[in-house]
Amino acid sequence: MQNGLTLFSLGQIAGYSMKKRLQGRIIKDGKAHGIALVSPEPIGFLGGVDPDTGVVIEPGHPLEGECIAGRILVFPTGKGSTVGSYTLYRLARNGLAPAGIINAESEAIVAVGAIIADIPMVDQVDISQIRSGDVVSINGEVVTVG
Amino acid sequence: MHLTVEERAMLAGEHGPALQKAMEIIVALGTIYGAAELVPVTSVQVAGVSYKNLGQAGLDFLREWAAQGARVRVPTTLNPAGMDLRAWRELGFPQTFARQQLAVVEAYRAMGISPTCSCTPYLVGNVPGFGEHVAWAESSAVSFANSVLGARTNREGGPSALAAALTGRTAAYGLHLDENRRARYMVDVRCPLRSGADFGALGYLVGKMVRNAVPYFRLSTLPSPPPLTLPLKTLGAAMAASGAVALYHVEGVTPEVQRGEMLAPDAERVIIEDLSPAYAALNAPVEQIDLVSIGCPHASLDEIAEVARAVDDRRLRAALWITTARQIKDRAAEAGYVATIEAAGGRVVADTCLVVAPMDALGFRTLATNSAKMAFYTPSHSGLQVRFGPLEQCLDAALTGRWKCET
Repeated sequence: MQNGLTLFSLGQIAGYSMKKRLQGRIIKDGKAHGIALVSPEPIGFLGGVDPDTGVVIEPGHPLEGECIAGRILVFPTGKGSTVGSYTLYRLARNGLAPAGIINAESEAIVAVGAIIADIPMVDQVDISQIRSGDVVSINGEVVTVG
Repeated sequence: MHLTVEERAMLAGEHGPALQKAMEIIVALGTIYGAAELVPVTSVQVAGVSYKNLGQAGLDFLREWAAQGARVRVPTTLNPAGMDLRAWRELGFPQTFARQQLAVVEAYRAMGISPTCSCTPYLVGNVPGFGEHVAWAESSAVSFANSVLGARTNREGGPSALAAALTGRTAAYGLHLDENRRARYMVDVRCPLRSGADFGALGYLVGKMVRNAVPYFRLSTLPSPPPLTLPLKTLGAAMAASGAVALYHVEGVTPEVQRGEMLAPDAERVIIEDLSPAYAALNAPVEQIDLVSIGCPHASLDEIAEVARAVDDRRLRAALWITTARQIKDRAAEAGYVATIEAAGGRVVADTCLVVAPMDALGFRTLATNSAKMAFYTPSHSGLQVRFGPLEQCLDAALTGRWKCET
């Protein structure tokens, strides 16, 4: 979280051209706004994310130790057990769900999880355009970075 | 994707929040997998019943959905629970687990689902006809519905099957479409298949080989006598465990091959001459057997009768659990099989499956089974060491408490 915020403010100071508009495909319609947490690897929610803390606990995962609560969670695709849909629901009930989800290519586990947990989600987005710490908005199928 | 007026109304929330969420799931899956439309389903098999797998999150969700008014629109059956819903106390299941498990089943019942609690819905009245679209979860049941019955279903997950039951629809992609039902592998089986376990061993090997593709079997000798329900149930279950096979064809046997060419022109050819690699992979070097498990997938009445004949008037040294659907257990009790098996010291356990039950909590260390699927899952799911072989060998282990090697 702290790293992300620092990166963002440096970007502003340096006067980078901040706004990037990416087009995706709606999986769960909605609006979300937050700071990106980007994983280069797929995420499995059952056993991969602690539903009572929101922290990624899969050993060796690039996001191990990071809290996904309130972030715009960006990752290529889902993996692991289908029960992972319910983990997303439980995170939401605990107030620890990501604010939004962006995938390169969606699959059933995360898609169903986003729907039952009411998390806005888009896929078919060029996720290489997003870095951890970027401020990201999701509005329907449009993703705005910066 | 084309949606009818009624489907659009569901999606817009005109029929309430429960149905809206269900339709969102169906439409999202259709979007992801490129469906052009939805199709009505005639039946649903729902998975995600064992509290061991579902956990508190799943239970919370089911309760909320039921409270929002979720009700099924088509006949819907339920997968096994994590325990026998009546005899859990005598079998040693912890009370805390039992309370949550009963709450899960109650939430499903509130949605109008029959608490069949079986992985063989086709043995207890949920029998779709040839060509019907259905939405089934439970990989072995999916394989049976597609292959043996000729119905059409993808491998649904718990929530997606439930969403199909609530909306009465599924998205038309994958195995709902003709072009995806042709086999990409031609499996030439040259060794004889002498037992149900041999069918499981074959399934284990082919599942690993073809992953999620459709195999087409040519068997050198067809087992007699028909019907082939039992061996095919075993074959499909094993392929769906070691791989993700949802549909297979058997030349001269399964219904779809009788109606048209189901082998793709460029199918890859595989030859199976020896099943011993499967037996080697699925056997741990244990001799003493604590528990013998029969009924994965759930035992039919014929299988229970066979066990009863073998243990009649004898005394078991190891625990023997035959898992089956409640309805089949009731029929086995009427026929006297349950009394015979219990007199020998065995149990006929309903509603559950040892793959989804917390077996490690019951104090068993080693298990013998005639199911390749169970032998595949048990070491990782509950840490028991496993022996896998034909029914006779398993029943011998139940009588002696030891695994007799054939060498």
